[in-house]
Amino acid sequence: MAEVLVVTSGKGGVGKTTSTAALGAALAQTGQSVVVIDFDVGLRNLDLVMGAERRVVYDLINVVQGDANLNQALIKDKRVDSLSLLPASQTRDKDALTAEGVERVINELKGRFDWIICDSPAGIERGAYFAMRHADLAVIVTNPEVSSVRDSDRIIGLLDSKTEKAERGETIEKLLLLTRYDPVRAERGDMLKVDDVLEILSIPLLGIIPESPEVLKASNLGSPVTLANPVSAPSRAYLDAARRLRGETIEMTVPSEKKRLFGSLFGRRAA
Amino acid sequence: MPPAAALQIVPNTPEPEGKRRQVRFRGRSFMALVLTPEPPTDDWLAELDALAARSPGFFGDRPVVLDVSAIKASPRTLAALLGQLESRGVRLIGVEGCDPKFLDGPNARLAMPVGGRAAGELSAPEPGSVATGSLVVEQPVRSGQTISFNGDVTICGSVASGAEVIASGSIHVYGALRGRAIAGSAGNSKARIFCRKLDAELLAIDGVYMTTERLDAKLKGKAVKAWLDGENLRVDALD
Repeated sequence: MAEVLVVTSGKGGVGKTTSTAALGAALAQTGQSVVVIDFDVGLRNLDLVMGAERRVVYDLINVVQGDANLNQALIKDKRVDSLSLLPASQTRDKDALTAEGVERVINELKGRFDWIICDSPAGIERGAYFAMRHADLAVIVTNPEVSSVRDSDRIIGLLDSKTEKAERGETIEKLLLLTRYDPVRAERGDMLKVDDVLEILSIPLLGIIPESPEVLKASNLGSPVTLANPVSAPSRAYLDAARRLRGETIEMTVPSEKKRLFGSLFGRRAA
Repeated sequence: MPPAAALQIVPNTPEPEGKRRQVRFRGRSFMALVLTPEPPTDDWLAELDALAARSPGFFGDRPVVLDVSAIKASPRTLAALLGQLESRGVRLIGVEGCDPKFLDGPNARLAMPVGGRAAGELSAPEPGSVATGSLVVEQPVRSGQTISFNGDVTICGSVASGAEVIASGSIHVYGALRGRAIAGSAGNSKARIFCRKLDAELLAIDGVYMTTERLDAKLKGKAVKAWLDGENLRVDALD
C-alpha cells in the first residue's frame, strides 16, 4: 500500500526541498520505490537539488492537464534505481493545478510506488493546499526559531482541517523534523531547544538534522545529501529519520561531525 | 472577531459662555455579519434554519447586512425574503446588491450605498457543536484558528501564538495561553480568563483589553486568573 507523505512547513527557506530530496533518497536507499513530486509550480527547485534540471521535458502541470502521461514526465534518478522525480513547471503558476488533475496523478502514482513524497511550496495558498490534500502522513520541517515554529503550528491546523483525511473525520499523522539545529547555540539560548519546540507544537519527533555545511555543498552539487556524503552528520540524521518512517525504533540523537585536529588547523585554507 | 474598534471624539473642555455651540460628530465602526443568499432561496433558508437550530443565539443581536447580488431579486421576491428573515429574528440593518428602488415602504430605509470593508470569513458553528453553555476543546488550538462560542470555553491543551479563543462566558486554558483570549465577548463583565501558563498576546474581558506588553513581567509563564475590576483588567497569579 502506497504511503502519501507531504513535506511542509508554512515558512520558506527552512529546508523542505532539501529534506524531501534527502528523505526520498534515504527511503530509496533502503530498497523502497519512491517518487518525489515538486508542487512549487513557478519556482521549482527540487529538480536542481536532485541534479535533474537538464533532463526535464514534461512536468507535473503537463500531466495534470492531460498533455503528457506519467511515463513521459517521471525522471528516474541515475544514482538510485528506485527513486523518481516528478518536476514542477517553471513557466506556469499555481493556478494551473486542478483538484481533479492532482487527484488523478496521485492515484496513478499509488499503483507504482511505495512512497509518494510531495514537496510543498511555502505559504498556505493553492500550491501548499494541493500538496497536502491527499497526504496520509505529514512531515513538518521546522527550524529552532520562533517564526518558523508559529508557521508550523499554522500548517498543522490546516492539515487537521483541509486534507482529505481530515474531511473524512480521520486524523492525519504529523511528525516533526527539526532542521538546522545547533546544539551549542541552543544550549547558549541563541535558538530554541528541542523540548521548547516539541512543547509548543506537541507532535512526535521524526528527527533532528544538525546545521552543517554538507547540506549546502550537496545542494550545489545537485545531489540529495544522503547520496552526496552518506556518512556526514546530516545524512546520518536523515537516514535514521527514513528508518523511523518505515516503523523502526531508533534512539533519537543529534549526530555530529568528528572533530579532527588537521581539519581545524587547515580547514579554513580553501575558504 | 476582535473587539469592535471604536473611535470617539468627545469634547473635554467646557465651552466659553456666549459662544455658539458646535455640533459634534462621533465616528464609530461596527462589525456587521453579511448574509449572501444563494438560489434557490428556499434551500438557503432551510440551511439558515439548520444553522440557527445548531447554535441558538448565533444571530442574537448581531447587525446583519443582506447581500442579494447572487439571487437576482425582483421587488416582489425581495420583499418576501425580507419578511422571511424578519420572522426568524434576523436584525437587518441594510440590503445591498440590488436596485435601491426595489426597496419600498418600510424597507426603503434598508437601501445602503455600496461600501464597507471586508473583515474576512466568519466561521459558522460546526454541526454537532450545539450550544450548551460550555464547550470543551480536547485538541490544542493552532495558530490561525479561532474558537468562538456562546458560553464558557475550556481548552485542554495550549492556545498557540496567532490563535484566538472568543467566548461570551469565561475561558479556561489548561495548557499554555500564547494567543488571544477574549472573554465576555457579548458583554459580560463577570467573565474571567484562567490559564495554567500565561504567555498571551492579548487578554480581553467585556471589550476591555490588554496586550502582554503592559503586563507585569513577573506573571509571564505563571498560572493566572484575569478579571474585570470596574474598567480595569486585572491579572493575578493563582498561587
